[in-house]
Amino acid sequence: MELARAQAPGKQARRSFKMIREVNVLIALIVLSTIIAVLNPRFLSPYNIQILIRQIALFAVIAVGETFVIITGGIDLSPGSMTALSGIICTLAMANGWSVTLAIIATLAMSALIGLGHGLAVTRLGIPPFIITLGTYSIARGAAAVITKGWPIVNIPASFLFLGQGIILGIPVPVIIAVAVAVFATYILRFSVIGRHIYAIGGNIEAARLSGIDVNRRITFCFITSAVLAGVTGIVVASRLGQGQPAVGTEYELIAIASSVIGGTSLQGGSGTVLGALIGASILSVLNNGLVLLEVSAYWHQIAVGCVVVIAVLSDVLQRRAGARRALIAKLITGKNPGGGVSAGLK
Amino acid sequence: MMQPMQPGDGLKKEPVLVMRGISKAFPGVQALDDVEFEVFPGEILCLVGENGAGKSTLMKVLSGVHARDSGTIIFKGREVDFKTPQQAIQSGITMIYQEFNLAPNLTVAANIFLGKELTKGRLHTIDNASMAQKTGALLSRLGVRVSPDALVKDLSVAEQQMVEIAKALSQDAKLIIMDEPTATLTSRETEILFQTIRRLRDQGIAIVFVSHRLEEVFMIGDRIIVMRDGKRVGELIPSKSSIGDVVKLMVGRPLKEFPKQEARISGTVLEVRHITTDRIKDVSFTLRKGEILGFAGLVGAGRTELIRAIFGIDRKIAGEIYIEGRKVDIRSPKDAVASGLGLVPEDRKSQGLVLQMAVRENISLAGVERNARSFSRLNWQWERQAAREFIEKLRIQTPGPEQITANLSGGNQQKVVLAKWLTLHPKVLILDEPTRGIDVGAKTEVHSLISRLAQEGLGIILISSELPEILGMSDRIMVMSNGRIVAEFPREEATQEKIMACAI
Repeated sequence: MELARAQAPGKQARRSFKMIREVNVLIALIVLSTIIAVLNPRFLSPYNIQILIRQIALFAVIAVGETFVIITGGIDLSPGSMTALSGIICTLAMANGWSVTLAIIATLAMSALIGLGHGLAVTRLGIPPFIITLGTYSIARGAAAVITKGWPIVNIPASFLFLGQGIILGIPVPVIIAVAVAVFATYILRFSVIGRHIYAIGGNIEAARLSGIDVNRRITFCFITSAVLAGVTGIVVASRLGQGQPAVGTEYELIAIASSVIGGTSLQGGSGTVLGALIGASILSVLNNGLVLLEVSAYWHQIAVGCVVVIAVLSDVLQRRAGARRALIAKLITGKNPGGGVSAGLK
Repeated sequence: MMQPMQPGDGLKKEPVLVMRGISKAFPGVQALDDVEFEVFPGEILCLVGENGAGKSTLMKVLSGVHARDSGTIIFKGREVDFKTPQQAIQSGITMIYQEFNLAPNLTVAANIFLGKELTKGRLHTIDNASMAQKTGALLSRLGVRVSPDALVKDLSVAEQQMVEIAKALSQDAKLIIMDEPTATLTSRETEILFQTIRRLRDQGIAIVFVSHRLEEVFMIGDRIIVMRDGKRVGELIPSKSSIGDVVKLMVGRPLKEFPKQEARISGTVLEVRHITTDRIKDVSFTLRKGEILGFAGLVGAGRTELIRAIFGIDRKIAGEIYIEGRKVDIRSPKDAVASGLGLVPEDRKSQGLVLQMAVRENISLAGVERNARSFSRLNWQWERQAAREFIEKLRIQTPGPEQITANLSGGNQQKVVLAKWLTLHPKVLILDEPTRGIDVGAKTEVHSLISRLAQEGLGIILISSELPEILGMSDRIMVMSNGRIVAEFPREEATQEKIMACAI
């Protein structure tokens, strides 16, 4: 009874502490949207909302993939280039007479293989994630250009366009894909054994390994997830555009990392949620969309995005400091009062 | 015993530092309660107390890390009020932390003069030659043989500590506070550190030595101040008192040191044959159910390396492992866990726990996979039940299973690591320095827990650098030296002298 009573506040405290970040960012998103809506009511027009959620859907998928890698304490710089390359591979396959399904499967398989390569390079060869994915960042982008010689790939079957342009029950298909990805990712991170292992690895890789967790396999899984989700994004973008474009996805990796970080994922690993990544992607999308509506020069967009990222990280650091102070106090309280435990052991 | 005394040499000196009526509260806890504290020049004062007794807080108030709520500090006859550690250092009070504040890629000289580099000429270029020369003089004053041009990262822990001390001297420190300075040193290195500390004392510098290791306190201290629950509870002179007296003051009651109970020892549970790695040479031994097998040896003798090889962390060149008579192939910790081994590693913070996770999540960390498949749902019911069961069984002091593990005291954190393995019902538990850095009361609790586990039929391997712990807890003792087992003693025949004679 005593124990049960003692548990309740701790549980609550922790949950509310964990959610603070998401709530804060959500409030920021609402404030930002309100300001833009007031300055330009067209922001809330059905047409604009449609554009906006398509944008969010695209960013969200890639941000969720990135979040997997960042939680383990790694980073993936390749999603933007992977988006371009997978779009090219998929359209190229179809232009050469492959069926839509086969082309998609082949594209995702290629993405998974590249992700596997990242994972093995990091876990078996000890190459830092930053370096190996920087390599892919450059190679995949270059490969997309070499394959196409810079020209778009057209001649793709009309049925393929459904993925990017179709609408089911009034909801754009890319949004449905994004929701599916988010549900799957939430399940993995929050409810499955793998997810628990991923957080443990990010929190303390050595302790995770010594607890019998197959650390290498889990990290590789995260790189594969990120690469496959970049592949999904590439396919959706190609379908949306109706062609394979070697130049798409530029700076998507930065958007992915920024969304993740804005949503509360720590670059040191061990924390981060799918919900956070979704809200982060939403903030960046709303910001972009709003600046267009407010007719701010495109040159300013990057500055705005940069500022948001810095503000998000800054607020995180400040909060962490406050958290550390709280933890210290809690430690002093529990440390100060070991009498119960000590005497219990001695009686 | 409670009356104030003069330092051991009996000289009537003025104290270099007097702290009077120091109080400090953190929300919900009175960390320091009207504490009196004084240090005399040329004195080694040992400050002891359990974790959370207030020693660190007191030292942090002194060195300007924490602001005090009330009380006065008089240093060198003048009232002082340090707002930052820098102010304290400038006045001549330096605190040397367990984690050193050295830049590993710079030379010894560059570290000592960091932030106050000597320059020469009009352009104020860095004068490496004179910094090296002054550093050399400082080091020889300490009796340390380290080149001023050596890179700090190439030095041993003990040598880095000497550099820290030299740095303090270069800032003209009159009072040096050392927080657990011997925690990571070998006994030889500790001896050298003690010589240095004594040398500093003889030069008139006051030393405050904060330590858990009471044997050392008695070796080095001129005077001991004991704290408990934020109060100063007593003062002792080592030559006129015993370790038992100190412990009694620390915990407020007498303490029975090793609660080892008889356990029924039966058939072999673990057999290790001819294990060889690049650090271990042909080690064989057996462990029986209910047996506690102690491994003694100097730091670097290969004990940790041996268990790392057994547990599949380090690669084995040769050797076989049998568990309950069956040969097992252990190539990773995962294999080891699957074979029924558990490891409580040397450093619980960096190897044993995910500190920012909840107690519940740490307890279930090793068992969570066994109770659900990779892609399937976490077995939350099992997890909650395991957490609740072991918090109660091991008497883990925590507000609840959702408490962040980092907020627990060292002893309770160690119990969480133990609980993690017990959820798996292992056959063999390997304990590497299980009571390092935890306070006296919690130590006893961990000891009785180990004894209880042996009674329940577990085979236990116990590695410890504290010989009394090995002698008090083990049924049989292996002594290692240079990567080999050099001797084996049954409990009745083992003595500190015999073991040390083999270990060296």
